[in-house]
Amino acid sequence: MADTRKIETTGLLGWIDSRFPLTSTIKGHLTEYYAPKNFNFWYFFGSLALLVLVLQIVTGIFLTMNYKPDAELAFASVEYIMRDVFGGNIIRYMHSTGASMFFVVVYLHMFRGLIYGSYRTPRELIWLFGVGIFLVLMGEAFFGYLLPWGQMSYWGAQVIVNLFSTVPFIGPDLSEWLRGDYLVSDATLNRFFAFHVIALPLVLLGLVAVHIVALHEVGSNNPDGVEIKKHKDKETGIPLDGIPFHPYYSVKDMVGVVAFLMVFFAIVFFMPEMGGYFLEANNFIPADPLKTPPHIAPVWYFTPYYSILRAVPPIGISQFPGVVAMGLSVVAFAFLPWLDKSPVKSIRYRGKLYKRWLTAFVISFVILGYLGTVPGDVWGQFGPWMGRADRATVLARICAVVYFAFFALMPWYTKKDQTKPVPERVTYK
Amino acid sequence: MMKKWFIQAFASLALLASGVALANEVHIDVKAPIKMTDKASLQRGAKIFVNYCLNCHSANYMRYNRLQDIGLSDKQIKENLLFAGEKVGETMRVSMNPKDAKKWFGAAPPDLSVEVRARGADWVYAYLRSFYKDDTRPTGWNNQVFDKVAMPHVLYELQGIQVLDHETHTLKLEKAGKLSPEEYDQFVGDLTNFLAFMAEPAKQSRLWIGVVVLLFLSVLFVLVKKIKAEYWKDIR
Repeated sequence: MADTRKIETTGLLGWIDSRFPLTSTIKGHLTEYYAPKNFNFWYFFGSLALLVLVLQIVTGIFLTMNYKPDAELAFASVEYIMRDVFGGNIIRYMHSTGASMFFVVVYLHMFRGLIYGSYRTPRELIWLFGVGIFLVLMGEAFFGYLLPWGQMSYWGAQVIVNLFSTVPFIGPDLSEWLRGDYLVSDATLNRFFAFHVIALPLVLLGLVAVHIVALHEVGSNNPDGVEIKKHKDKETGIPLDGIPFHPYYSVKDMVGVVAFLMVFFAIVFFMPEMGGYFLEANNFIPADPLKTPPHIAPVWYFTPYYSILRAVPPIGISQFPGVVAMGLSVVAFAFLPWLDKSPVKSIRYRGKLYKRWLTAFVISFVILGYLGTVPGDVWGQFGPWMGRADRATVLARICAVVYFAFFALMPWYTKKDQTKPVPERVTYK
Repeated sequence: MMKKWFIQAFASLALLASGVALANEVHIDVKAPIKMTDKASLQRGAKIFVNYCLNCHSANYMRYNRLQDIGLSDKQIKENLLFAGEKVGETMRVSMNPKDAKKWFGAAPPDLSVEVRARGADWVYAYLRSFYKDDTRPTGWNNQVFDKVAMPHVLYELQGIQVLDHETHTLKLEKAGKLSPEEYDQFVGDLTNFLAFMAEPAKQSRLWIGVVVLLFLSVLFVLVKKIKAEYWKDIR
């Protein structure tokens, strides 16, 4: 069979190219991948998420060299890293700060998708892979949080695994199977370690790869939500509004990277606990299965969903409805491509209705996030006229309704919305 | 099967509810005099810790020779702080068996290596000042910050004996100790300062590394902005 490929490179590169698609890959994904030229601030967070992923993997490898996944030794080994391993405190703070910053950039990256309609046709699969990344990331964060084996690690894991025991019929067996014991123990720590350092990172890397491959197949969306491939140069076939990712966006992203690292290292070096939001004070007490902390709160990035869990009233004594609502609140994002019926993608050309709903959604998300960090009776109770309900719980319920309404009513309000005409070519704003 | 399920579901419900219950936290209205750069205070605190606390409380993650960070030489550490033939490279252990400790005090004295990170320096400082005489307790002591604490007031000879005024919820010095109230505050202040140092000995060094890193990144930021502007000048 004759080799029909045309290899233009010579020498060593030519030798490689006839055996491996090196030059064509670099061209296809970097130097001849044409991205819209009007990317704004919101488009930094994709590459930043990739940066944080690399930071987490590298710092994680170094932590693994000294960490001991053993209920007797885990807490002490973390303090050993903090005190006796050269640079260990910085590596550990980079990893703990990285976990929170991962969610910061991913949430901003998702918000970008919401405002510019990046999940719309033909980018549904990119979005679905992205939701997959988000789910795996939550698992990764959850498994990793047990490893320091502090009180919050332990009881946080206990609460979350117990959520599975609310599943009708199979629940108790399911949660026991997940823990590998009747309560969170050494067996749980060992398997969580395995999930955290190898199983989920592998899945995560695979999902990130297909997320990017799918993106480069259809091309990036942009703040105007117009398809740049509609207007190509007649001779070269290059989109008129497209510029090569490298060097234009590689140098632009470098600015974002350095700015991000300034924030990142300011936290790492000057406030690694972030006032108890990134590293909780209770986690400096070794795990004690006999002593339940008075207030168990998950780390901030889980609190919106935790709030929803708490806000849903139980049926009888079953907390299962809350657990289902919490699961739905995360998975709801996956349905966006099919819920959004608007003729336009970008918020720039949408009408007031969508903007109001999105604002309400973001406000609800933030309030739910805050309420998840505090006890339900933090603001006291209403009077007898409201059945002495917790004020915070009532607010959480209202926010949870808004949260789900944003998704459930989307087909209606996006169709009804008064949109503005979309330009043919990208604009600068 | 069903019964087991109900019990499990109820247990998880209780766990969730415990997450809702408000932490029984005491409002701390004093500020601990933390000054990480005050080596004299840290050295006094180290000496107090070794003499008064380290008999019952360990600091299993803290090595004696880490006290070099507060300006002590190995020789000084050996001569002033090691009493039972420990080596300077060892961690601050106690010989008391945790099981015995539990029998004697009702609770094993916690390791204090990272206590300040768990409780906060202000809490520790307030705690050390808030013991009062309470004959209903087995030790004869209680604490306003940590109600029904198992630990007796080890420093009462220095502070004197405080009693609780049940009307105003304030503590009154009933019998003066060897130190004046001001001296006692300084004494426990030094101790708290040392405990804060011990909770994260590398804190001071990370602060200055942070300054260097941020200065480097600031310069790099200006450079990458210039590179970006150079590449992008033709794009519009």
